[in-house]
Amino acid sequence: MIPPSFDYHAPDTLEEASRLLLANPEAKLLAGGHSLIPMMRFRLAEPAALVDLRKIPGLSGIREDGGSLRIGAMTRESELEKSDLVQSRYPLLADTTRVIADPVVRNLATVGGNVAHADPGNDHPAAMLAYRASFVAAGPSGQRTIAASDFFTGPFSTSLEEGEILTEIRIPEAGPGSGGAYRKFERKVGDYAVAAVAVQLQLDGGRISGAGVALTNVGLTAIQAGAAEAALVGSDGGDAALDAAAEAAAAAADPTDDHRGSADYKRAVVRVLTHRAASSALTRAREAS
Amino acid sequence: MSSHQISVTINGEQHTREVEARLLLVHFIREELGLTGTHIGCDTTSCGACTVLLNGVPAKSCTVFAVAADGAEVTTVEGLGNGGLHPVQRGFTEKHGLQCGFCTPGMMLTSKALLDENPDPSEADIRWGISGNLCRCTGYVNIVKAVQRASELMKENSDG
Repeated sequence: MIPPSFDYHAPDTLEEASRLLLANPEAKLLAGGHSLIPMMRFRLAEPAALVDLRKIPGLSGIREDGGSLRIGAMTRESELEKSDLVQSRYPLLADTTRVIADPVVRNLATVGGNVAHADPGNDHPAAMLAYRASFVAAGPSGQRTIAASDFFTGPFSTSLEEGEILTEIRIPEAGPGSGGAYRKFERKVGDYAVAAVAVQLQLDGGRISGAGVALTNVGLTAIQAGAAEAALVGSDGGDAALDAAAEAAAAAADPTDDHRGSADYKRAVVRVLTHRAASSALTRAREAS
Repeated sequence: MSSHQISVTINGEQHTREVEARLLLVHFIREELGLTGTHIGCDTTSCGACTVLLNGVPAKSCTVFAVAADGAEVTTVEGLGNGGLHPVQRGFTEKHGLQCGFCTPGMMLTSKALLDENPDPSEADIRWGISGNLCRCTGYVNIVKAVQRASELMKENSDG
């Protein structure tokens, strides 16, 4: 299948990329291309122009700085998989990366693309909501930081303005007593989730002092399950709290019937996965205490 | 609709061509250069039949625009053996790691990159490593054996 024709630009700076976006309202950014190019081949996306970010320096890399884990938007998923820092200190992120698409796709697919494409089936958005991550955007009026909870406004829609480009993802730095997990149920390697659940916990003196719970592919966007978070906070992480969180997460899910299952089935999957993710997050948070 | 002059080094040889922006790397390789060892399977970034090494890393060449590969080094199955048979190709031959052969070029390039990174993979490592390459004939059993054999051959080569 041949994609539609388009004009291709590969600018050297963010400023130029932003100018090209403003000058071409029907343009799309090209990062790893592993969501966009399949959509173009199916003619689900027909951008008049592509602005390729590959030549712009400084958009890749993983480091801790200023109280955050900072991930450049063009960082490949496989770089997260190979990062000792991510693997040792950010288990929710490590879990998530491992189940995105397949190993060959992850060599080119980018973290920023997974976030900014905002497909409700993408895995990073829920992980970022659970982490209370924030996103740095550069645009015509300078740089600003957007909380993950303000970012996902609809399917394939974000709060990025015209000409704005996601440049960096910031996750609060892992400290003692923090731990998380991502649990995804998929029909086969490389498929989108039937449902998936991200849980990030903070322990303080044996009790849960902070909790993030978010759901993948059971609504128009990734869903932050506030009632599930509330069920965990203040508890000791016993079965009663986990059961309550699982029920609350299932209630927060808003799935539809499709080829991956009925809405009732997906809600049941959310219930089970929330319990499993919370249990695993708890074990990891205790190990990090 | 823009066109661009690109230079891509494929199997050690540099090729310069004028290409339309929408030309996919797999079409550049097959139709512009006539290297038909790289196959087109699903056309949906699922099957991995079109896998090549892009700057040493396995990539699905149906999901890369040729213009974005400007300046890149690409290895296709034609360049794998460098004149003879690569240990991965010998492993697939000896262990009958193919039936129809359609997935084989991509499967072998992914396997080569896996073995370069992890010379002694477990069966689980191999099944994980090739999980982005689909085979509809073998049930993967002989492919796993072929990669294990290639691992042995590569170790023998480096010992000798």
